[in-house]
Amino acid sequence: MAVTVPVTAQTAVARTGRHPPSPWGRLPLKAKVGAVLLGIFVMAAIVGPYLAPYNPSYQSPSVSLSMHAPDGAHWLGTTQSGQDVFSQLFTGIRLTLELAVVVGVVAGVLSVLVGISAAFLGGAWDESLSLVSNVFLVVPQLPLLIVLLGYLPQKGQAATILVLSALSWPWGARLIRAQTLAVRGRDFVAAARESGQSTLRIIAFEIVPNEVGLIAANFVNTVLYAIGASVALAFLGLADLSSWSLGTMLYWAESQQALQLGAWWWFLPPGLAVALIGVSLVLLNSGIDELGNPRLRNAVDTKRFVGRKVRLTDPTPVLLQGLNGRQGAEA
Amino acid sequence: MTVSLLASVGRGTRRLTRAKSQSRFLARRLLFYVVAAWAALTLNFLIPRAMPGSEVQDIMSKFPNLQPSAYKALEAMLGVGHAGSIWHQYGTYLVDVFHFNFGTDVMEYPAKVSTLLAESIPWTLILVGTATVIAFVIGTSLGIMAGWNPGGWFDRFLPGLMFFQAIPYFFLALILIYLFGIEIPLFPQSQGYAEGLVPGWNLSFIGSAVYHSLLPAFTIVLTSMAGWLLQMRNVMITTAGEDYVLAAQAKGLSRQRVILTYAARNAILPQLQGFGLALGFVVSGAIVMEIVFSYPGVGLLLFNAVTSHDFPLMQAVFLLITFAVLLANLIVDLVIVVVDPRAQAQERA
Repeated sequence: MAVTVPVTAQTAVARTGRHPPSPWGRLPLKAKVGAVLLGIFVMAAIVGPYLAPYNPSYQSPSVSLSMHAPDGAHWLGTTQSGQDVFSQLFTGIRLTLELAVVVGVVAGVLSVLVGISAAFLGGAWDESLSLVSNVFLVVPQLPLLIVLLGYLPQKGQAATILVLSALSWPWGARLIRAQTLAVRGRDFVAAARESGQSTLRIIAFEIVPNEVGLIAANFVNTVLYAIGASVALAFLGLADLSSWSLGTMLYWAESQQALQLGAWWWFLPPGLAVALIGVSLVLLNSGIDELGNPRLRNAVDTKRFVGRKVRLTDPTPVLLQGLNGRQGAEA
Repeated sequence: MTVSLLASVGRGTRRLTRAKSQSRFLARRLLFYVVAAWAALTLNFLIPRAMPGSEVQDIMSKFPNLQPSAYKALEAMLGVGHAGSIWHQYGTYLVDVFHFNFGTDVMEYPAKVSTLLAESIPWTLILVGTATVIAFVIGTSLGIMAGWNPGGWFDRFLPGLMFFQAIPYFFLALILIYLFGIEIPLFPQSQGYAEGLVPGWNLSFIGSAVYHSLLPAFTIVLTSMAGWLLQMRNVMITTAGEDYVLAAQAKGLSRQRVILTYAARNAILPQLQGFGLALGFVVSGAIVMEIVFSYPGVGLLLFNAVTSHDFPLMQAVFLLITFAVLLANLIVDLVIVVVDPRAQAQERA
């Protein structure tokens, strides 16, 4: 007994020595790295077009500036027609992120509306709304997107946003419906109902605040999806090809033979930018996931406890140490 | 005697109810896929009628010296004139689809759309099918190992895997073409077989086709494997903490038996359920991959149809891909019914 007390006292001292962890401090490392990485790209999207040293569409007439490898004047080299890749990249990040965020917001609102109404209306409404979501989920998205955009005579930013938003809400709606059904049965909702609050008020002040985490995770996922889909569609030429986004950059690089000509500085930056934005979002999301599910949390913390390898299936380490201490005291 | 008889009767009725609930589950799923197929068919019917522009107008604008009177003749020739009421059109459309009559191709006139489809299906089916199964098997197996020993050496590769999960399919394809097709020319950059060969069942053609499919297949495996692996790892970590796994260990069962028949067997169920939904993504990725590699499959056909405004072909490819995905989902459901008795009780839709 006497040995266990110092152990707890020690931890208590260690605890009181520090301030209680801030929300940022409680985030897993993954989420922090993701947030910082994403922050860099968001900054680039905001100030990027002002940082771009040249007009991204300006075609330099000088022959020596065609397919020029990176140097001091052109940090990421030039394209075949002498356009500055660095300027294109920093203009393109904005357009791609802008599109993805708008799609994320529109689809997010749609999923919340559909998910919550399905859960609250119940009966035939629930059945039909769930059926529509499930049909949308099972129909492969890219072919449908290609067909829809293929028929549109003008393939601008607005058309892509419209089509992507219309197709990306069902997954979120399904998650939010399930969560709403679970939250609806809780005591505090019953209490709010008993106190005479209207259904709309209950939804706005009791249900939605309890789903903020899910809605945020869903938003991150939709943004990730929208970036991937919009870049793929633009790469296929199903976008406004006179504007600069990461997808149209890749389209021009591929169609003007950047690969065959060995111009890696032309096609690598936009692709890597897409991949890094994607990685930051995946990190952010799996970090949020770990916050909710302790078993996924970085297993390194639990792996070594007081120099002893501990498996997840073993008894809780704290208890174990207490037992060891007692044994030591008795001996 | 009586007791054992009673017991066997009890077992019999239980088996009967199980079969009943199984068939009810399957009937519900079947109904859902019929509805989904109908929705896709109807969507395919409505999209061209809701959008401005038509293929006839397209041809007219391509050949400016055509007389305006040619419009009706072109419509009749391509069988696209929207004559009659919308319900009448809808009826004709459904009858045509059930007879695999997708009309005449606009770009490769007078080739039938169904012929073009039949030529490209085997390419996609063999390449994408094989690559997807390989990715699923490798990803799931590695996920079992990674999930059983979280925090082990394997977790060091996790950030790299996330990179592969986030990277666009076609960009990885571009990099692979650049590295192994151009810088180090080990593999062909594009096409499904060497130029000059005639498709047929001979060794030189099959060899060339396999050789050309290696880089595209590698792209699919590399990108889709990461998703299977990460999901399996996460479910496996949760399952490994369950009491029945601990009990199996306590009984002194072999490590292999505990991992495979206790933990992994249960952890694989969400993986199977995810397979159907993930298939849509795999197919989408495969379409873009085919376009990058100019691989003569269904995806390239769809792309060519879109760029040349070949609307009948575009619609037919869309229907084909959608129906294939629905069918694959149905097969996954059948497998789930066999391996997971709980599936009949809960509605998975």
